[in-house]
Amino acid sequence: MSTGAPTSQKIALEFKSTSLTVPVLLLASNDISLIDQQLKEKVVQAPEFFKNSPLLIDLQKLNAQNLPIDFTEIVAIVRQHGFMPIGVRGGNEQQNGDALAMNLPQHSLHGSNVPLVNKAPAKTLPTPAAEEQKQASQSIENKLVTQPIRSGQRVYAKGDLIVTATVSAGAEIMAEGNIHIYGSLRGRALAGVLGNVNSRIFCSDLQAELISIAGIYQLSDDLSKYPAHKPVQISLDNQTLIIKDI
Amino acid sequence: MARIIVVTSGKGGVGKTTTSAAIAMGLAKRGHKTAVIDFDVGLRNLDLIMGCERRVVYDLVNVINNEATLNQALIKDKRCDQLFILPASQTRDKDALTTEGVGKILEELSKDFKYIVCDSPAGIERGATLAMYFADDAFVVTNPEVSSVRDSDRMLGILSSKSRRAENGEEPIKEYLLLSRYSPDRVKLGEMLSVDDVQEILSLHLLGVIPESKSVLNASNSGTPVILDEQSDAGQAYADIVARYLGETKPHRFIEEEKKGLFSKLFGSK
Repeated sequence: MSTGAPTSQKIALEFKSTSLTVPVLLLASNDISLIDQQLKEKVVQAPEFFKNSPLLIDLQKLNAQNLPIDFTEIVAIVRQHGFMPIGVRGGNEQQNGDALAMNLPQHSLHGSNVPLVNKAPAKTLPTPAAEEQKQASQSIENKLVTQPIRSGQRVYAKGDLIVTATVSAGAEIMAEGNIHIYGSLRGRALAGVLGNVNSRIFCSDLQAELISIAGIYQLSDDLSKYPAHKPVQISLDNQTLIIKDI
Repeated sequence: MARIIVVTSGKGGVGKTTTSAAIAMGLAKRGHKTAVIDFDVGLRNLDLIMGCERRVVYDLVNVINNEATLNQALIKDKRCDQLFILPASQTRDKDALTTEGVGKILEELSKDFKYIVCDSPAGIERGATLAMYFADDAFVVTNPEVSSVRDSDRMLGILSSKSRRAENGEEPIKEYLLLSRYSPDRVKLGEMLSVDDVQEILSLHLLGVIPESKSVLNASNSGTPVILDEQSDAGQAYADIVARYLGETKPHRFIEEEKKGLFSKLFGSK
């Protein structure tokens, strides 16, 4: 019998909010055949990338210029080209109603950064090349510091932070990723500042004022039991900082 | 082009003005035309240490405000004709200093001086940051105790990020460590940080150690830069520092405890 719900029921689901990157098809013309042709050209450039890709259809430009368009027709065309429409935004009442009839939700324009005056037609979909470039630039946001980090200085890295010199008492180093220190660490080191619990701190001489991973921290009082001048790595395991020799 | 040296520390009372006076005199005595500028507007001291307080007519702020020319304000030292002093104003405060004004003065001095020594006030506020902004070399004066070391460390951070050289992406300021008021006896007793301790924390090139010495106070009171007292240990230490700065190799002194003779051991005097 599975109906009698026990009081201490195991949690089976949870609602969470997330934001993700989805391609947006921003229409600048209501000429169906032109849209069809240009979509085809785009898809030919990178068929694998666009295959079964989710797609949000943005009608704000058309409606701003009072260009009528049949939303059902657009959905049919993009499906033909292998996209999977996931909704509409910037549509009028009729278009939103059509979308709902096809089980496609209406999205708010909040976060849309398309200037309405912009008349350039292209800019519809990110090309795979651009996507790759974006990833490449993210991976070089690691930071290397070769000079001593002095008292009162703060260093922030969006990726990993590598310091080949000393971090003085009163200095603060932060990274969204891991931190490596090849000199003495006498200041504060905070890894995974945006909440990455898998980030670590590696240091060759731990004399820190404070160490923190994803917001879980220890002060120098707690650290004094670990010998200085010994290389250690600090990781986070179940809300506890683990300090281990390397 | 002149070489601009800033004597700085962050903390007060560690010997910046004593060092500025001694270094400037030492460079001038070796024949280099040297100017020493007091940046401690409102707490003017350098003129006292240099013994020229009764000859101050115009000062740094007057020159910045175009109330006097640089030549009117510069005081020529009576003991050494290569040395000139630009005193601070006692009646104003540090807000009277402007980056443009200081830059203009240093540029003008650079034309016919070889070295310009800037005596920085304590702290990390306007006076101190302006004193170091245009510098080529920095003498960081530190006492062997933790608060002075930390303040020096802070100052080093500012030197490497907020100077003209840093802002223009040029070669960074050359930083030197001067450890002053050092007492080997007290280091041995564990009452004072050792040279090695300070070096480990600051990781900086040591230009010299100046021993704690009665001669410094005597020299200050009489308005004579201590480097002119050639018999004294502090005077010799500063002479060594000037020599090392100019590229000579001199072994470090005053780091080890002096060996006491039987006589002084018996009577405990020095």
